[in-house]
Amino acid sequence: MSDETKNGITRREFIGAGLAGAAMLSMPPILRAQNRTLKVGVYGGYFKDSFDKHIFPDFTKETGIEVQSVAEPTGEAWLVQLQNAARAGQAPADVSMMAQVPRLKGANAKLWAPLDAAKLDNRKYLLDNFVHTYDDGSISGLGAVSWYITLVTNTDTYPEPPESWAAFWDPANRDKLGLLALVSNSFLLEITAKTFFNGHDSLKSEDDILKVLDKLAEVKPNVRLWYRDEGQFQQALQSGEIPMGQYYHDVTGLAAADGFPVRSTFPKEGGVLDSGSWCVSKASNRLEEAHLFMNYMCRPDIQAKLARRVGTAPTVKREHLDLSDEEFAAVASDKPPILPYYQMYLDRGDWLSDRWTAMITG
Amino acid sequence: MSTTATEGTTARKWLLSYPTLMLGVFFVGPFGIMLAVSFFQRVESAFYKPAFVFSNYARLFSSLFLDNLAFSLYLGMLVAVISVSVAFPFTYLLSRMRMRTQTIWLVFLLSVLSLSEVIIAFSWSILLSRTAGVSNLLVWLGLMDHPVGLAPGFTAEVLGYCYLTLPYTVLMLYPSMSRLDPELTEAARTLGASPQRAFFNVVIPAMRQPIVASLILVFVFTLGVYLIPQILGNPEHWTLSVLITDQAVYQSNVPFAAALAVFLLLTSLALILLTFVLGARERIHTAS
Repeated sequence: MSDETKNGITRREFIGAGLAGAAMLSMPPILRAQNRTLKVGVYGGYFKDSFDKHIFPDFTKETGIEVQSVAEPTGEAWLVQLQNAARAGQAPADVSMMAQVPRLKGANAKLWAPLDAAKLDNRKYLLDNFVHTYDDGSISGLGAVSWYITLVTNTDTYPEPPESWAAFWDPANRDKLGLLALVSNSFLLEITAKTFFNGHDSLKSEDDILKVLDKLAEVKPNVRLWYRDEGQFQQALQSGEIPMGQYYHDVTGLAAADGFPVRSTFPKEGGVLDSGSWCVSKASNRLEEAHLFMNYMCRPDIQAKLARRVGTAPTVKREHLDLSDEEFAAVASDKPPILPYYQMYLDRGDWLSDRWTAMITG
Repeated sequence: MSTTATEGTTARKWLLSYPTLMLGVFFVGPFGIMLAVSFFQRVESAFYKPAFVFSNYARLFSSLFLDNLAFSLYLGMLVAVISVSVAFPFTYLLSRMRMRTQTIWLVFLLSVLSLSEVIIAFSWSILLSRTAGVSNLLVWLGLMDHPVGLAPGFTAEVLGYCYLTLPYTVLMLYPSMSRLDPELTEAARTLGASPQRAFFNVVIPAMRQPIVASLILVFVFTLGVYLIPQILGNPEHWTLSVLITDQAVYQSNVPFAAALAVFLLLTSLALILLTFVLGARERIHTAS
């Protein structure tokens, strides 16, 4: 046995390693940053695939920071996981795309690292409601993408598009609807309030909410499926099994482009505009990279690229975007949207979820 | 001689402490954590904080959750009865087949076990759909006028559950069934019993214990299933496990989810104990 192998390394390997090390030290900083990584949580499936394909590689090319995308579940499951991990000092993702209710809950629990406004200059392009701050003015998150939930129909079953959300209540549509199963992701209360009452004003007290819930309960005979899993409804919509319902505007547009007989309609009351924001776990030790990433994602050209390639509605003001009218219409609408009443879920989420469950299971 | 005996006992003690240890680490520990969390204070706009409050238990005593619990228990029992009623004759016939055929069937059943709940639920929802389901086949055969969609619905949900539990039930019954002495039925036949009578009066009583064990296993197993009712059932057929998932995952109300889970566990334990007590009393009754 020679001396080299006893030490576990041969002379040639040693020299090679030394040369590589010297080369690394002499490289310009941008290239050395190849070793810098950032774990970014995005919704698994289509979103993650699109970001991996269209967005992250260019970011890496520009900054040298390699993005490791993490598939996160929608809803609050990811919030629970991030919180549990942060208790143990771990960050399953440094930056995560969070829906607004879990984002607000995370902010209340101080789960998000406070960010430096000076390093996030591009936030000036964002719509005002997409810059989220803590009480001390530090930034807790920035709007990432937004999306519309619209009235979708199977074009074989419905040759004419419906005009109003009131179509859900039409007795002619008995056993034909697919609706989201949870109060906090269907926003059906807001839809009902806008269509038949006075919008958010009709959701301010428990008595008023119960009135809206009663009105909503009238759609039950028309509902064939209350879905939690998007795939379940999309498949049924495409095949005509369940020909009407609420679904995501962008995904429906993509399915239509693929030749499926489906369409997405912005009813006269407006589509529901929901959104996701970037937040950084307080357990992350990649704050520098996280700032660079979030600042990059706020750029109008990146937001336009997201609209074109991923199909999300921009969080940037329209005047900064170079989207054509057609490109804009594919992801959004100029009709005033129905905005989710997030505060209601924070203030009485438990009460609401019990009343909701009683309504749909009763 | 006595030294060897003592050594043997010590060795056995050590050996027996292994399952105890594993049970402690993987069952008692997690359950203890869940029990503790069920008393924690929910902070609605955030998460929860350690405390000792009964509010989570107070909340579950509402008609919403109690009705749901009753339904979940009923569904568990129904599925257990259907599953065992189907699996029992199947296993009986299986144990009387040639060894090679038995092996093929057992391998097939084991491979069914590798299917996840999601795959089972989605497959059944397609099989029972109006547009692509089996009813189209019945229409083609002229047995039905027009195709119907059965999923989501109660029948679909029960079918999904039974599909999931059937392999377990067969595998539970198989060992005792294959050990069942064929001379028992032969004796019954010699004494003039019809095959049906021999099956009902000899085989079933002889298999009483495995049957009760399988019923309990399927019942308990069913209580923990939460994807099948979501995908194959209507909201009125969602079980307590679905509501627990909603609380833990979508409402991030882990204390309440834990309280519901503890409640479900205690109720099912009470029912199982009741089964044993009744069984024991009956045995005493028969003996006297």
